[in-house]
Amino acid sequence: MKNKLFNISPDRSKYPTIGKDGKPEIDLSSGKFVKIWQGPNHPGVTGNMSLELTVSGDEVVDAKTHVGYLHRGFEKLFERRKYIQCFPTSIRMCVPEADSNEYCLAVGTEKLAGIDVPDRAKWLRMLTLEMSRLQMLLRIVPGQGGTMGLGIGVQWGMYLRDLILDRFEELTGGRIYHMYILPGGVRGGLPEGFETRLEENLKDIEKFVHRIDNVLYQNAVFRKRAMGVGYLDPSWVDEYGVVGSNARAAGFKRDVRKDNPYLFYEQLDWEVPIKTESDIYTRARIRWYDLQVTIDLIRQILAKIPKTGDVRAKTPNVMHWKIPAGQTYVKSESSRGEFGFFMVSDGTDKPRRINLRGPSYTHAVPLLERMLINTNIADVGALMVSLQTCPPEIER
Amino acid sequence: MKEILERINQQFNCSAHEHQPENLSWVQLDKKQLVPLLSYLKHTENFSHFVLLTAVDWIENNEFQLNYLLTNHELHQDIAIRVMIPRDEPEMITAHHLWQQIATYQREINEMYGINFPNSPRVNESFLLEGWEGIPPMRREFDTKKYSEETFFPRPRQEGKDPQTHMKQKLYPDEE
Repeated sequence: MKNKLFNISPDRSKYPTIGKDGKPEIDLSSGKFVKIWQGPNHPGVTGNMSLELTVSGDEVVDAKTHVGYLHRGFEKLFERRKYIQCFPTSIRMCVPEADSNEYCLAVGTEKLAGIDVPDRAKWLRMLTLEMSRLQMLLRIVPGQGGTMGLGIGVQWGMYLRDLILDRFEELTGGRIYHMYILPGGVRGGLPEGFETRLEENLKDIEKFVHRIDNVLYQNAVFRKRAMGVGYLDPSWVDEYGVVGSNARAAGFKRDVRKDNPYLFYEQLDWEVPIKTESDIYTRARIRWYDLQVTIDLIRQILAKIPKTGDVRAKTPNVMHWKIPAGQTYVKSESSRGEFGFFMVSDGTDKPRRINLRGPSYTHAVPLLERMLINTNIADVGALMVSLQTCPPEIER
Repeated sequence: MKEILERINQQFNCSAHEHQPENLSWVQLDKKQLVPLLSYLKHTENFSHFVLLTAVDWIENNEFQLNYLLTNHELHQDIAIRVMIPRDEPEMITAHHLWQQIATYQREINEMYGINFPNSPRVNESFLLEGWEGIPPMRREFDTKKYSEETFFPRPRQEGKDPQTHMKQKLYPDEE
């Protein structure tokens, strides 16, 4: 896309020559192209993945995503483990937002086994899912500025994220990996005074929401570099399976919490933010709205959680629990979009197949490869972060 | 959704049915009918979002199961399509022309299960495993424990060296 400020779009009529198959003909020996690697260790990539870029000048003409630096074979390991033993492994499939993994796995197991979860446990599940989304957004919202050299918001965000992790530690005993949501319910109720302490944190985060607006979204450099850059054509949303905030920034009202409401999301009052400009700035802006929506949702949930009641349904002994044969697909809305588990049980105590559908699978491989073309190499990191790519989801 | 399933059953002579959880229906059909059905669902019934493609190995029945999952964003309904292919002939018709991301899924399944998708772009390029030899690792007969024992254990112990003497010998070999 043409950069409005500097008009650096080169004349594409001469090279690269477009071949019969519609792809550029790249002859590296011509001296017009250079192949460079972005990653696997690079401050501009999100996790352990790398991009093989062919550049002409400072513009990308061809790109390939390379993954496999983080492959731990989780889906294979599940086949050797009992359902309950899958939990400590599953949460590592998406490291920054671990609760979506345990939620989907628990619900899949419950659906296959036909177990009903107590209402209080459902509210507590919603609370942890929203807290998890909040801590993820506190990383990604200022992180977008970090890719363009605006480091200050990142420090603020990490500090506030740590406060939410403190609350997680109080509630579950763990900061990053919680294993709080288990088949049948959750591990426990809220500690005394938890609501007050979380409310204090939410007030701090609200101040941050206004500050980051001034520092990042009103910043002239950020606006000039992010507006009109990294355009995601709305026609690609269905073609590439784009979900979550990336689809919402392109004008599609896509949110699993609204479309296929799970838990008690129907009882909450909120609107899905959408915009249509579909560039890096808009995607970042949508996440800023998401941050406000999440704070609001946490407050609504805190007000509605029942104070008494069971937090876990009775389940058979988890070490000898044979799950009836069946197949199911469970989805939830993570901060990146639709996050689902496809589960197949063969009637034994071990799953036959558990497959994770992470939003990054399509965002970081086919979509990113397409979007990188004609991008300036200085914007590659910003584009990746704006798509919120997360390599652990790709190589499960 | 019931009307859509009835239309599918009539047109493709299969037994589509609704199943738990809510909003998810299942269809099982022959592999030759898959691409016409995907195309029909995408273009006529508005199942525009392709969610996932995954494989399951039923080694005891000597077959692979391929699952194609689609979503209709207007009706908020999902449909899962099951195709069984024989394990002796692990080959499936490619559907990459319908959705761009299918080529990536097919590339991964080709690597992990050894199911080939002829004419799918870059299908033989390695995805996660570089330079992998031997049976595809997601097949049931692949034993992870045996593989890790053979590959990683026992590791020869590293001989410990005193850093001070080692550097001294390396930098000033002539000195005492």
